[in-house]
Amino acid sequence: MRLVLRETMLAFRRAPLLSALSISTIAFSLFVFGLFGLVAVNIHAAIGTAAERVEVVAYLRRGTPIEAVTLGIADIQAFPEVESVGHISEAEALARARRELPEFQDIFEDLEVNPLPASLEVRLKPEFRNATTASTVAERLKAFHFVEDVRFGNDWVQKLDRLRTIATAAGTVIGAAFALVAIIIIGNTIRMAVLHRSREIAIMRLVGATDGFIRRPFLLEGLTKGLLGGLLALGLCYGAWSLVGIYHAAEFFTPTESALGVAAGGLLGLLRSLLSVGRHLRSV
Amino acid sequence: MIKFLNVTKDYPKTGAALTDVSFHIPKGEFAFLTGHSGAGKTTALRLIYMAEPPTSGEVRVSGFTTSRIGGRDVPRLRRRLGIVFQDFQLLEDRTAEENVAFALEVTGARRSTIGPRVMRVLTQVGLAGKAHQYPRELSGGEQQRVAIARALVNDPVVLLADEPTGNLDERATRGIFQLLRDINAAGTAVLMATHDLDLVKSVPAHLVELQHGAVAYDSAEDTVEPAAP
Repeated sequence: MRLVLRETMLAFRRAPLLSALSISTIAFSLFVFGLFGLVAVNIHAAIGTAAERVEVVAYLRRGTPIEAVTLGIADIQAFPEVESVGHISEAEALARARRELPEFQDIFEDLEVNPLPASLEVRLKPEFRNATTASTVAERLKAFHFVEDVRFGNDWVQKLDRLRTIATAAGTVIGAAFALVAIIIIGNTIRMAVLHRSREIAIMRLVGATDGFIRRPFLLEGLTKGLLGGLLALGLCYGAWSLVGIYHAAEFFTPTESALGVAAGGLLGLLRSLLSVGRHLRSV
Repeated sequence: MIKFLNVTKDYPKTGAALTDVSFHIPKGEFAFLTGHSGAGKTTALRLIYMAEPPTSGEVRVSGFTTSRIGGRDVPRLRRRLGIVFQDFQLLEDRTAEENVAFALEVTGARRSTIGPRVMRVLTQVGLAGKAHQYPRELSGGEQQRVAIARALVNDPVVLLADEPTGNLDERATRGIFQLLRDINAAGTAVLMATHDLDLVKSVPAHLVELQHGAVAYDSAEDTVEPAAP
């Protein structure tokens, strides 16, 4: 292991410029991918925030005994799609309307009878906040005898669904393209580093080095370059994010996503080294 | 110890490099492999260190056989051979000492034994005083001595030299040739591929001459007259 470390260090020391170029090329290709990732993360977060407003409201018949409603709430809570169920009494509905609709203050003042029905506000779990599920849950709610009407803003939820579909499709295609470009650039960078030392590989083979012995320092070198490139890219992304943050609050990668990004750099470096050295080994 | 049995080597693009070649180099012998450029000398050496297999026939080297050798055995074979090239094949960014030590390190030799063994062979080739110099700081003859020291450090059973004096002036050529003779006198077989007929004629030795990929003369057989120079 000490020999592998020494050979790897030697490779960096012998060609510092080439190593620096490799690392910065890897870093910039991952940085571009990372920037796209940041945009995707923020679009996803924005859609998620909008989707939090997706809820199904069941308006209750007047005079329904509270015991029946309580039992119904327990049943609805057991739906696999449902996150929570809130009960809004008639009085609470009126209080909320007064609070949220000040422009109708006069009308509310003159009311003799509360015209607003009690309701159940059914919040869906994040993964179910779409038109299809909302519609299914709405249908099931209608089956309860104490439910008079169900609303969930069908048009709005459908628009949100469309936006989500477009964002996911565009994100996948553009993300895959950026990832592919990054993989190709990183691959070629590592391959050039191996090519630079093809003579050394040939000499190692001739003096009786085993394939594993030859491969190990290259793998460690590829892994190190990939990891360093990944870390640098993460730093650049953080810098870009901080810059944007001056004008507009934005989301950054979670620690897990950051670690995965850096690890992906390392893995790419490692795999490409394995492939490139293997190709040379077969030719000597 | 080195045996070619009806060896043919064809390349898809350039055709036959060797055709039905048979010869035998016994243990401890000094042998020349001669022939004009393109006669097949380098191909024959590549088959000996098993960089590639023959198209047909068989090459046997120190217990290893081309038809049966596995990928994992090739490094083991090469540790029993010392290989020297016309262009030295030294690692430019390592000193003479490091170049020689490298051949031991790849075999997993114990660190404590590497230093003394390296110095022993550098002394043997007359370069103990230049152990810390880089190849670019050495003359062609000295670089070839480092290459020979590297080939010797694993105590090979045979030293293969492919035109080892091809890049050297006359004085350096004589020095390197004498060194190879000394190494042979100490018990290591030497197979030297060369087209330098003056060198070949200068000492009595086993001579295998290749012409257009076929054995034109083998002094061990001595059935055919050597070709005119």
